[in-house]
Amino acid sequence: MSFLDYAPAPESTAILTLRSDYGLFIDGEFVDGHGTPFSTISPATEKTIATIASANDEDVDRAVAAARRAYDKTWSRMSGSDRGKYLFRIARLVQERARELAVAESLDNGKPIKESRDVDVPLVAAWFFYYAGWADKLDYAGAGANPAALGVAGQIIPWNFPLLMLAWKIAPALAAGNTVVLKPAETTPLTALLFAEILQQADLPAGVVNIVTGAGATGSALVNHPGVDKIAFTGSTNVGRGIAKAIAGTDKRVTLELGGKAANIVFDDAPIDQAIEGIVNGIFFNQGHVCCAGSRLLVQESIHDEVVDRLKERLSTLRLGDPLDKNTDIGAVNSAAQLERIKTLSDIGESEGADRWSADCVLPSEGFWFPPTIFTNVSTSHRIARDEVFGPVLSVLTFRTPAEAIAKANNTPYGLSAGIWSDKGSRILAVADKLRAGVIWANTFNRFDPASPFGGYKESGYGREGGRHGLAGYLKPAGSLRSVTASPAADATDSAITTTKEAAK
Amino acid sequence: MTETQKVLVPRPTALEFFDGPVTDASLRRYLEGIPGVDAVGLEQRAAGLGTRSIKTTSKKRALDTIISLIDLTTLEGADTPGKVRSLVAKAITPDASDQSTPRVAAVCVYGDMVPYAVEALGVHHARGTDSGIQVAAVATAFPSGRASLAVKLSDTADAVDAGADEIDMVIDRGAFLSGRYGQVFDEIVAVKEACRRSDGSYAHLKVILETGELNTYDNIRRASWLAIVAGGDFIKTSTGKVAPAATLPVTLLMLEVVRDWHRLTGEKIGVKPAGGIRTSKDAIKYLVTVAETVGEDWLQPDLFRFGASSLLNDVLLQRQKMTTGHYSGADYVTID
Repeated sequence: MSFLDYAPAPESTAILTLRSDYGLFIDGEFVDGHGTPFSTISPATEKTIATIASANDEDVDRAVAAARRAYDKTWSRMSGSDRGKYLFRIARLVQERARELAVAESLDNGKPIKESRDVDVPLVAAWFFYYAGWADKLDYAGAGANPAALGVAGQIIPWNFPLLMLAWKIAPALAAGNTVVLKPAETTPLTALLFAEILQQADLPAGVVNIVTGAGATGSALVNHPGVDKIAFTGSTNVGRGIAKAIAGTDKRVTLELGGKAANIVFDDAPIDQAIEGIVNGIFFNQGHVCCAGSRLLVQESIHDEVVDRLKERLSTLRLGDPLDKNTDIGAVNSAAQLERIKTLSDIGESEGADRWSADCVLPSEGFWFPPTIFTNVSTSHRIARDEVFGPVLSVLTFRTPAEAIAKANNTPYGLSAGIWSDKGSRILAVADKLRAGVIWANTFNRFDPASPFGGYKESGYGREGGRHGLAGYLKPAGSLRSVTASPAADATDSAITTTKEAAK
Repeated sequence: MTETQKVLVPRPTALEFFDGPVTDASLRRYLEGIPGVDAVGLEQRAAGLGTRSIKTTSKKRALDTIISLIDLTTLEGADTPGKVRSLVAKAITPDASDQSTPRVAAVCVYGDMVPYAVEALGVHHARGTDSGIQVAAVATAFPSGRASLAVKLSDTADAVDAGADEIDMVIDRGAFLSGRYGQVFDEIVAVKEACRRSDGSYAHLKVILETGELNTYDNIRRASWLAIVAGGDFIKTSTGKVAPAATLPVTLLMLEVVRDWHRLTGEKIGVKPAGGIRTSKDAIKYLVTVAETVGEDWLQPDLFRFGASSLLNDVLLQRQKMTTGHYSGADYVTID
């Protein structure tokens, strides 16, 4: 028996107390939905976890009305420091229930427990802590003195980081004084509903956060609801485009965080062992279900063979299997539909002439699985180098000079993230300066911090989440009030005072 | 400047990596041309390997493997023949209450204690074979290495003559840090030669880099290459007299060098983290790092060792716990 056949080390699900069915979370309570309920399954076993209510137009209307009431009567009148107290409380509860949330996330999403435990859930707590600190300091958020909240925010999140995306959306919205109606993804609603329990535990005033589960129709009802002041969406570029069209001509604000096809550029002087780790982390983290994944490896031609050899050797040590096992590196693909897309695009890659290599790992018979895969001999015109696969599939391309690397990296409709690997600091700065991507990692990849803004260029969306910039999407300057209240003759000082008084009412 | 022109003689397999004869200058070009190490990434990878969860049957096997890889060590000014005999007895019978416990790989002592170790081991002494317990001696003015080459060589030869199977030498960190790579190289080559026994066989040579004094990962990587090219059989992190001693990132880095050397030449070089590894939990992280970096072929005494003294008792306590189902205490294992 081999030492590397580690004995199973599964995280116990005994810590979870799940109900057999979950309603919608509206006005501080779980209520029945009026759409057709659906099941959420574990992608690793295809077993049903729970039945989830679906929100129809009337349910969404109720949720938006609850959010509006909470905004008018409670949340917009509360001081920033009091809002901060609630956010701190939520952050602490997330930490207290961290293990439970991690198990639920891995069960529902299919991601390895080591990621949900060591990355997702700690970041969720960090996000709430970070924005809790901002709640009473909004004067310094960059929107001028005494900025105002927008009102009710409709938020739609994807299935790849269900709880983390929830935190990215809810924490800044609440800190800025907005109330929220959030729709989790259809395949991963579980942790959002556990989060609703945390909100009850934290005694958050009713209606400040409402969670409506459902499919595309629920999301569409939320986007088109006239009572919503702001839409924040993370997901595919296609849906994002639809949302932009739907709200055109309304005064709704919008933040879109969409797809990506990030270049991970490895120069010949890169710290090679760490670059290999970074490439692996860039594309195989969360089974490649990452919008900012480093799915296009641009490697300097002189070290191409060595990098590919080392990469294959490293991929052969990855452990694919039970997401709840603490030694699992690669979990399950989130859904049958996503698996189908990955398979289709990979087959196209092969038929277009690229060379396919997959790590030799045994795929479980139940559930949705795809082995870590590399395509070499990929050209910029191949679809696997253009389309977002959103799976554990890496396309390897080469370049000869920094100028060519930059040109190839930018030659994509997307522009969410990029990576640069080099031992030479001046080259990193020079190349980063010319890359058209919202996030650029140097000698690392897929690192996130609540203080750092995140968002895309071009078809990767607009607006920024995280950091001080993330608050801008949920605030309007006090000046927008002034234009209504101040008389043209009043000088600036007077109008500022008027504005403050108006806002205080 | 004739010194820099001097031709150095590396291990035969290393010759093809040098364009022409090996000199101080070509050695410098070679070592400084090795790709750099990103400290953040290295430490992240080591931390990741440290999260592997080794349970039940895997843990049981890991504990036995750890014992069989230990260089049970006493390196104190106060060492006496009595202390060494006691250490040897512990090496032969690690756990008096469980005869199925494997024996350690070696005992590691100062050179003047070698005769007592050899005598105490008796029939259990390996004597140049793979079976039995090896006697390792620290030499070359351990731990500082601050002595003339002649003294270092006679220190080594004395220990080999007295029956040492393995020599743990220290490199001249002063020479390394001032860029005199050729001098460090020369000393390793000379010490290797001093390891030759009268019958033509060699005592195994472990080269201690004293990573805590080299300070940067780039230095540690260069020193690892240097020690291997010069002919070391093992590269060892530390003397145990300088903090920090062995760490997981440093050991990972050295294992990566060993893996690359194996890829280039097919030769297998050993790695020995020493100092600071006190618990089974830590030691298991090292096993995981070895197996997932160079492969589990390296989990054998010829290719991996722990330089430790207090680690053994923690492993024995864990082993007893796995057998009996309950924790005992410090008084249920012998102090040495």
